[in-house]
Amino acid sequence: MNKPVPVTDWVSDFDHTDPRWTENPYPIWDELRAASPVVHTDRFLGVYMPTTYEAVKAIAYDTEHFSSRRIIVRNSRPPITQTAPPITSDPPEHKPAKQLLLPPFTPDATKKLEPRVREICNELIDQFISDPSVDAAARYTKHIPVRAIAHMLGIPEADGDLFIKWIHEILELGITDEDTMMRAVNEMAVYFVGHIEARKKQPTDDLISTLMHAKGPDGQPLSDMHVLGSLRLLLIAGIDTTWSAIGASLWHLAKTPADRERLIAEPALMPTAIEEFLRAFSPVTMAREVIKETAIAGCPVKPDNMVLLSFPAANRDPAMFPDADKVLIDRKENRHAAFGLGIHRCVGSNLARMEMTVAIEEWLKRIPDFRLDPAGRVTWSEGTVRGPRQLPLLLGAAR
Amino acid sequence: MAGKLKIHVDPDKCQGHSRCKSLAPELFELDDYGYAHAIGDGVVPEDLEDKAWLAKSNCPEEAIDITED
Repeated sequence: MNKPVPVTDWVSDFDHTDPRWTENPYPIWDELRAASPVVHTDRFLGVYMPTTYEAVKAIAYDTEHFSSRRIIVRNSRPPITQTAPPITSDPPEHKPAKQLLLPPFTPDATKKLEPRVREICNELIDQFISDPSVDAAARYTKHIPVRAIAHMLGIPEADGDLFIKWIHEILELGITDEDTMMRAVNEMAVYFVGHIEARKKQPTDDLISTLMHAKGPDGQPLSDMHVLGSLRLLLIAGIDTTWSAIGASLWHLAKTPADRERLIAEPALMPTAIEEFLRAFSPVTMAREVIKETAIAGCPVKPDNMVLLSFPAANRDPAMFPDADKVLIDRKENRHAAFGLGIHRCVGSNLARMEMTVAIEEWLKRIPDFRLDPAGRVTWSEGTVRGPRQLPLLLGAAR
Repeated sequence: MAGKLKIHVDPDKCQGHSRCKSLAPELFELDDYGYAHAIGDGVVPEDLEDKAWLAKSNCPEEAIDITED
């Protein structure tokens, strides 16, 4: 595999996998936004990136010119063989596929999982609270969403490491390594087919069974392929996204004692703080494929290109958010797009918010004092989902 | 004295972010799919007017209208 040529001109040749982008994308996005509301690179076989909130919103709403059949910008565009409805669906197939997944993810439905998520957080904290330091990404934030979604699907929480491996192979290594990605996709399919078959013999009371018994728009039960696709989506979309959001929130609190102390003194600020962490450190960048020529914010957009749909960059647009580069945990007006805009609004947004809230609350209750470990290094994941993958912290008051 | 405020959620715009419901549970409720609508006739009691405006200004889809009766 050839190493990509380092970027020298971000505006005409951006690369969202460049280590500088991974490390600190915000100044790069500011530079791109100052240049144009839509920029283009020839890398990855041609990609546009909207840089303003308005341009991101326009593309998210425009399903006529922009398809969701490909939602990750990669080095290659292999034929589409496996889908994950509804995230990879366009109208009119999108709506019925989405409707099936909505009821289990309403705020009331996700609230029922909250006690188990609190237990999970405390079980994890128990394992390192007596230590002077911890990698919070490896030992805390990483495990919360994977165990929560496993609990919901009715599969063993202990299989979490397997899911994390597949997700890494699909979302990170998969950008440049098609073979690894396809192997992971196939392993995941075999795993879930096993669980589907087991439930045909012995039905269970979990989300896999719910999906198996759900009826499609034609009144018939969903095909195994559709169930499999939706399970693939829930696992891929539900894990490293929330892992990243919890990690980035803890990262901010570790280096901002004033916010940490204020949040402990004023727990009523938690909802606005969570929304602000979602805005400022939005983990998820989606993609679209241009299927018809059009113009966005006056910029021509041509087919055969992908679009890097950066909700994180939209959320840093100063035209939309005053003091966009500041983290204000009491920000009152916050129309952020962390969960997307339009018909593809993240189906798991209520679950993600609940997990973030519980994870931060339980951490602050038991570990009110913590800071970044100056001897360690914070590292961030590359590509579609950005969040801390190493988060070395010192626990307890500074001595 | 100004008239009472009335809220309305446009069902074609609402995507179920549920920001309104978490900011103003006295004014908004969700259906079985998580889409929002105004409780009752949507008339906002005076002491909840701030919450109505807060919900409107946090809706990512700009689906909430506030009118004066």
